[in-house]
Amino acid sequence: MTNSAPAIELAGISKAFGTVQANKDISIRVMPGTIHGIIGENGAGKSTLMSILYGFYKADAGDIFIAGKKTLIPDSQSAIKAGIGMVFQHFKLVENFSVLENVVLGAEEGFSLGKSLAKARRELKALADEYGLTIEPDALIEDIGVGMQQRVEILKALYRRAEILILDEPTGVLTPAEADQLFRILDRLKAEGKTIILITHKLREIMDVTDTVSVMRRGEMTATVKTADTSPGELAELMVGRKVLLRVEKKSASVGNKILEIQDLHVKDEDGVHRLKGINLDIRAGEIVGIAGVAGNGQSELLEVLGGYKKATGNIRYKSQQIDLTGAVANAQSRRTLGIAHVPEDRQSEGLIMNFMAWENTAFGYHLDDAYQNGMLISNSAIRTDTQAKMGRFDVRPPDPRLDASSFSGGNQQKIVLAREIERNPDLLLIGQPTRGVDIGAIEFIHQQIVALRDEGKAILLVSVELEEILALSDRIAVMFDGQIIGERIAGETDENELGLMMAGINEDDA
Amino acid sequence: MDLPTLLQILDSTVRLSTPLLLACLAGLYSERAGIFDIGLEGKMLAAAFLSGAVAYATGSAWLGLMAGVGASLFLSLIHGVASITFRGNQLISGVAINFLAAGITVVIAQSWFGQGGRTPQLSGDARFEPITLPFADALREVPVIGPVYFELISGHTSLVYIAILFVPLTWALLYRTRFGLRLRAVGENPASVDTAGVSVIRLRYIAVVICGVLCGFAGTYLATALQAGFVKDMSAGRGFIALAALIFAKWRPWQALYACLLFGFLQAMSLRPDVLENTLGFKVNAQLLDALPYILTVVILAGFVGKAVPPRAGGAPYVKER
Repeated sequence: MTNSAPAIELAGISKAFGTVQANKDISIRVMPGTIHGIIGENGAGKSTLMSILYGFYKADAGDIFIAGKKTLIPDSQSAIKAGIGMVFQHFKLVENFSVLENVVLGAEEGFSLGKSLAKARRELKALADEYGLTIEPDALIEDIGVGMQQRVEILKALYRRAEILILDEPTGVLTPAEADQLFRILDRLKAEGKTIILITHKLREIMDVTDTVSVMRRGEMTATVKTADTSPGELAELMVGRKVLLRVEKKSASVGNKILEIQDLHVKDEDGVHRLKGINLDIRAGEIVGIAGVAGNGQSELLEVLGGYKKATGNIRYKSQQIDLTGAVANAQSRRTLGIAHVPEDRQSEGLIMNFMAWENTAFGYHLDDAYQNGMLISNSAIRTDTQAKMGRFDVRPPDPRLDASSFSGGNQQKIVLAREIERNPDLLLIGQPTRGVDIGAIEFIHQQIVALRDEGKAILLVSVELEEILALSDRIAVMFDGQIIGERIAGETDENELGLMMAGINEDDA
Repeated sequence: MDLPTLLQILDSTVRLSTPLLLACLAGLYSERAGIFDIGLEGKMLAAAFLSGAVAYATGSAWLGLMAGVGASLFLSLIHGVASITFRGNQLISGVAINFLAAGITVVIAQSWFGQGGRTPQLSGDARFEPITLPFADALREVPVIGPVYFELISGHTSLVYIAILFVPLTWALLYRTRFGLRLRAVGENPASVDTAGVSVIRLRYIAVVICGVLCGFAGTYLATALQAGFVKDMSAGRGFIALAALIFAKWRPWQALYACLLFGFLQAMSLRPDVLENTLGFKVNAQLLDALPYILTVVILAGFVGKAVPPRAGGAPYVKER
């Protein structure tokens, strides 16, 4: 470290949204030329803090010092001027613009565009040479992969001469290989003297790449430590405020009969694109089959077909009984009657109606249940009583059935959906992204519920983009790539590297 | 069909296309910036009335134009405040503007002039007069080229030429300037503009203002060039046809010109059922021709002729989120 002043210093930053204190008296110093991790559960205030730093929100109190100098950042323009670049979790790119246009946007030179684009083209080439960030400048954003899109975001920041780069949950959408590549790029940027702030909830990333790490919990900075001096267990404890089980404890599976047999399943979407290209998969009672894969390789379509709201061709047998795929009787209702429960991937759009109350949401899909009827009418009080009990058993907080779904945290929303589906005692549970946007404490609970269901001898199909989750829960793992199952592995006989390669379309068994 | 008849029809095609084109380009600026505008109709109507009234009172078509632009701009800003500042529903705001304009123009016209909701006939300098382009008279006798130049190209009002000039101008602005890049970006993904340190609100207001000005031109053209004065409901759905043309053109300027010429041609044909009957050999209902722009738009929207994808952030107010 050549410079003794911190690249960024935040002193006593506080920010409240209404009555919620998102950031409480936060102070942090990040030295130049280092990678600093900020870790914390969802809603801990990480992103709010970074949004303040990038001029999106105005802090209620506190000061920001850039390279030792007090700096006011009322808007993004000032943040850019101060040398701060930000790579958001959801990329801020214009999909039908070229890479070049996206890089130039907002940093144009003069009124005429031609000159700016020519200059950016030269600079991109220079940056590519310097940092190994090679990219096709004329490609449209919608035509390139997420890894490349993220690269465009980094290039955007570098093009604006950013010295400090903030990355918000950068690996959420990447394959393990792409994530490794990103970390190599970050190392290179660090070597060139850039300062990097990495926001994540993944402990492994923190341990792998950061020099120092700050932990946030409920809007407060609970600790800042040197990464070398800490351990994942200690960080997890600091994040949650209590000891957490990082590994899922489960007995070995006692597998029973075939519950689900999928043969040669094909799906085409409205544009005629082949989304599933001949899926073959069996699931037996008492086992968890995990589907690994980068988002968008057909996992969602598979769940939708099984859940009964997408048409397909092929053969699916459930308990040796043919299931209709043509759409004639293939609705989600009929699947539930058969004992197939479904926790959809996106709880906010498919799992719940956000401005309906918890008890109303609990009845969805099961509203024809005899226990809920009162003559010709639905008995609201019966549903409410039932919901209250389920909320208790699934530790939903606050346990109030009359609250809107939107007023629960992500983890508690997910517990509501899980309670609705699991308490029906299904023989087959389809579950997509069970812990997306869910905090560590709730992840632990949700994982335990899934394993408990398996131990009761139920079949479970788990789809997740989190490889760690797949590895921790599954008994058998199928990897999807480009609408196909590229390979199957027994969970105990594989590792992240092998699965990561398969997720990128490389199956070593084929070689 | 002989050449003079053809030229007559093409000539009225140009005249009828002009208000469509101006309104269509107005919509293009607004919608490219992510502000859907179904209030084009109302703005045109307001502009037609006020331009007619002021042109009558002052005897100057140009002062009428300024008044028309002012009226349209005022409504445009209402739409802007409602949908940008207060993040209201853009469709509701647009509908409100249409109703407001339809009612208020007649009421004020009746109160000012007492002629049943119309302005008095405009004449002389209170109207935009056709301009004869250089050499038009001299070349008139040259076969084919002469009549085409004299009838079709020359002899329109200045607003017609302004409208057509706006097509390449808009194209260049959209695709060759910093402003255009930002405008297109703000309609596709305002967050990308915001995080790049450019004000989304400012950009959108600029777009809405340009939209207001062009709509003002369109309305003024109706009252002071195409007709001689304002009559009740004189925009007659042109704002909606312009929107249809915008979709037809997939929000691109040159294609907007072609779409407006096509729709203008259909309107011209519906005014000359005799010609159509002679050419085709059977009678075509004029109402069918009037409905054709809408039918074509539905066909386009149904995806038969390629997909018409509107600007992705269109219709959605921009709320800053992390």
